[in-house]
Amino acid sequence: MSDAALSPAERSAIVRDSLAVGVATGAYGFGFGAVSVASGLSIAQTCVLSLLMFTGASQFALVGVVAAGGAPVSGAATALLLGTRNTLYGLRMAPLLRWRGWRRVAAAHVLIDESTAMGVTRETTEGTRLGFLTTGVSVFVLWNLATAVGAVAGDAVGDPRTFGLDAAVGAAFLALLWPRLRDRRNVLVAVLAAAVALAAVPVTPAGVPVLAAGGVALLVGILGKRHDPTEIPGRDDVAGRHP
Amino acid sequence: MWTAVLLAGVGCYLLKLAGLSLPERVLAHPTVERVADLIPVALLAALVAVQVFSSGPELRVDARVLGLGFAVVALLLRMPFLVVVVGAAVVAAGARLV
Repeated sequence: MSDAALSPAERSAIVRDSLAVGVATGAYGFGFGAVSVASGLSIAQTCVLSLLMFTGASQFALVGVVAAGGAPVSGAATALLLGTRNTLYGLRMAPLLRWRGWRRVAAAHVLIDESTAMGVTRETTEGTRLGFLTTGVSVFVLWNLATAVGAVAGDAVGDPRTFGLDAAVGAAFLALLWPRLRDRRNVLVAVLAAAVALAAVPVTPAGVPVLAAGGVALLVGILGKRHDPTEIPGRDDVAGRHP
Repeated sequence: MWTAVLLAGVGCYLLKLAGLSLPERVLAHPTVERVADLIPVALLAALVAVQVFSSGPELRVDARVLGLGFAVVALLLRMPFLVVVVGAAVVAAGARLV
């Protein structure tokens, strides 16, 4: 990491790549908006989630648990557990971004998978900040616009099954999980977690199976011996970067 | 519902801010780091399973499985996220029409 200034060509390359991710990820917000109102949240609640929570996996998790008939508090707990991922990203990004005071308070809001992925591998502080901020802000603006449009459209559609929106949510979670499945231990944990959750479905209230599956992570993490570095998404792991 | 939305929303922001504010050694313990890495894997896998194979308190296999199958193929082919998600919806909706 150096303080060297970026050339105009480097700057525009980072901005271009970051905006591509912003557009691709932002468009995804349409799906969230539609799924959220289909799950029983109001248009206002849906938009507040995108504005305030602003971390896709947690948002989908909250509405997914509620759609399955789970208590809102189970949905909130699942969302918060998934949100701990961003804490890890923050710990990694803090020394690279080197922001303090109000800049750090503001930057925290756009600390998500995509902005981390597009910022973390840069060679200079300026490059990290530019990639992080361009991605974070463009995703934020487009994600919120798309959420609002999706929520209004979803409200008009009515039954989510008509357009296969219920299947779309499963696919969305799988797409988020996919980059983490390159690791064999993660595949094992994923399979175990899915099995635990399904086994719990008939015998526990909705929302609990997913939280119970979190126990698999706890168990394997405590029993495991391997020392591995924090998993940070790479530039190829986010929407808009696929060839 | 509003309480859950606001609490989880503010909570998720505070988790982000904590990451940017805490010293890095907080997560230096290997067990904490392993668990923290595995939580998203376990939760996302469980969410996929519950979303696709359950309907209320019962397990059920229906058109959603075909949607998931499409998603797997699309991800193997490194298709964009949007294609994966929209394609899964279209496949499931199409299967219900047949």
